Amino acid sequence: MVSERKKKPFRWHVLVFLAPAVIVYTMIMILPLAETLRFSFFQRDTTTQVVSFVGFENYIKLFFDPYWVEPFLNSLWNNCYFFMIHMLVQNPIGILIAALLSMVHLPGKKLYRTAIFMPTLLSFVVVGFVWKLMLSPLWGVSKGLMKSVGLGSWYLPFLGKEETALTTLSLISVWQFIGIPMMLIYAALLSIPDEVIEAAECDGVTGISQFFKIKLVLILPTIGIISILTFVGNFNAFDLIYTTQGPLAGPNFSTDLLGTILYRTFYGQQLQPGDPNMGAAIATVMFFIILTGVAIYLFFIQRKLTRYEM
Amino acid sequence: MKHYLSSGIAASLLLGSASFAFAASELTIESWRNDDLSIWQETILPAFMKAHPDIKIKFTPTAPVQYNAALNAKLEGGTAGDLITCRPFDGSLDLYSKGYLKNLQGMATLDNFPDSAKGAWSTDDGSATFCVPMAAVIHGFIYNKDAFAEIGVEPPKTQAEFMAVLDKIKEDGNYIPMAMGTLDQWESAAMGYQNIGPMYWKGEEGRKAIVAGTGKLTDEGWVKPFEVLASWGPYLGDGYEAQSYPDSQTLFTLGRAAIYPSGSWEIAGFNRDADFKLGAFRPPLPAEGDSCYISDHTDIGIGLNAASPNAEAAMKFLEWMGTKEFAELYSNAVPGFFSLSKHEISLSDPLADEFISWRKDCQSTNRSAAQIVSRGTPNLWNEMWVVSANVINGKQSPQDAANQLQKGLSSWYEPQMD
Repeated sequence: MVSERKKKPFRWHVLVFLAPAVIVYTMIMILPLAETLRFSFFQRDTTTQVVSFVGFENYIKLFFDPYWVEPFLNSLWNNCYFFMIHMLVQNPIGILIAALLSMVHLPGKKLYRTAIFMPTLLSFVVVGFVWKLMLSPLWGVSKGLMKSVGLGSWYLPFLGKEETALTTLSLISVWQFIGIPMMLIYAALLSIPDEVIEAAECDGVTGISQFFKIKLVLILPTIGIISILTFVGNFNAFDLIYTTQGPLAGPNFSTDLLGTILYRTFYGQQLQPGDPNMGAAIATVMFFIILTGVAIYLFFIQRKLTRYEM
Repeated sequence: MKHYLSSGIAASLLLGSASFAFAASELTIESWRNDDLSIWQETILPAFMKAHPDIKIKFTPTAPVQYNAALNAKLEGGTAGDLITCRPFDGSLDLYSKGYLKNLQGMATLDNFPDSAKGAWSTDDGSATFCVPMAAVIHGFIYNKDAFAEIGVEPPKTQAEFMAVLDKIKEDGNYIPMAMGTLDQWESAAMGYQNIGPMYWKGEEGRKAIVAGTGKLTDEGWVKPFEVLASWGPYLGDGYEAQSYPDSQTLFTLGRAAIYPSGSWEIAGFNRDADFKLGAFRPPLPAEGDSCYISDHTDIGIGLNAASPNAEAAMKFLEWMGTKEFAELYSNAVPGFFSLSKHEISLSDPLADEFISWRKDCQSTNRSAAQIVSRGTPNLWNEMWVVSANVINGKQSPQDAANQLQKGLSSWYEPQMD
């Protein structure tokens, strides 16, 4: 016992090995974050042009001035809706496609896998532009396609209607990013050992019920990771909206997300002067929203997930 | 962009080395109009230098998106050129209040420009003017002459005639009456509300009343144009809600639409792309006999760097900018961008000539949200985009739209507070 209490020499090599990662991460992640936070406590005086410390004034304005809080809550709600569509459409379909792809006898499997993953590799500018053209009431193919299957009367200028614009954009984003959940689930499905499947088959669990009772349970942790990736991605989304609807996220701000409101505030828009300090405040709030979401997942959901040794 | 920049650098180097031989005062113009580089080098500057052989002058543009930042850095570092191209309103006012631009108040050449033009480069109280107005763009309607002849309609003069023309084109069915979409929203505000509006709010009179706080955006003159916009919807193409600005341009230049609510900046592009005859008519009068106001939006000016060592020579150039010679040279070289001076000038481009002829009978005004009233939150100009699109889409009543603008403005703009 006595010998164990003897002080161990300080393990310098731990620090040495940690240093590169810690230094790089601090430089490119922690410092900018801290700087953003610091920035949000300052404001430029409109007459003297002097930037001075104002404490929580930017945040108070953001949460209590109706001309800030209404657009902010609107974009927050839109963002939640955007996320909901992804969770309800992107991830289930991703799982379904992965399940189909992991079936043994599927001709052209590799072709499908590549084709479905392709849009993820495209630039959002290309995706936004191509979809805008396809949906265009003037030159788009969507009108003709819908007519040819007898749905002509259902055609709307989808991106131009308040009721449909956000849903349409969410679905475009789903189309673009569906490859990611598909790939991750596909990999998870492939990693399920054959013995488990064989054992299930011996017990008479096959087909659909095998998928739900055996495979789905085993890939639940992956689905959790996908959900959190979707959450972070969606609450940082900006590019698709900006390229298709412009900085004012029309019609009538119906597609305004946290990302677009941040952009307008920070950089300004035509005659709206840019306000980097208020922008920093919005960025900080966005950071905490995402942090809260991730924390809820980590502490309340991930802990309850059972991981099976395979 | 790179191409322009490198040719710009090469050109300025050439010009620079050439002028060493003369050892005369050499001026540099800072600008964002790199598209106009050849026009300045080949047409405008040679004309000036011919009249003033003792002055050498060169045009050194920066890419438009970098201009403000680059100019600020140069001014701070003391390396900026002698003559500074000025953005309208707050952009240049900021430079003036920091002491980078010289007060030009009292210069004889300024008398060649109407007050509405000088307003874009004057302090809020009008006590100092710091840039010589250079160019403006005029709003109006461009139309397909061939289509009008085919259908048998004449360009309308009044609002009632305008609606009759739209009805006739719609009845004929071969053309979409008007090419405009509401997806990008700014078209609704700039080519809609700001285009027809001045006729109703009486140009500068109405605009200044808003700035002074004596008028309200809910006054009749400001609601009426929204009522007119609300009637446009049925005459725009199918699915106009999802039609973007380039869509509208293409629709018109393809000859599928008869009228294009627009501005003079489109002239060069339309002359190139459209293979039918183009005409223009000014925004319709509310009623026969009303006085006429057009949106003649000040866009470019030139000021004097307060730290310039060649101030005397630079002043000579600024004086020259107020002459008829400059006005004609510039307006002809860049069709659609019109000199702001009071001189009556003739333009070789018939479409541009039509636009500028309106200045004779109509009074000019700026876009109503451009000066002072767009400094706060909510931003008036952004709000105008949104409500104008809403009104055309039938999502908001004209009165509602005006109420929203007034409520937003009065929430931060002191003269408008109740």
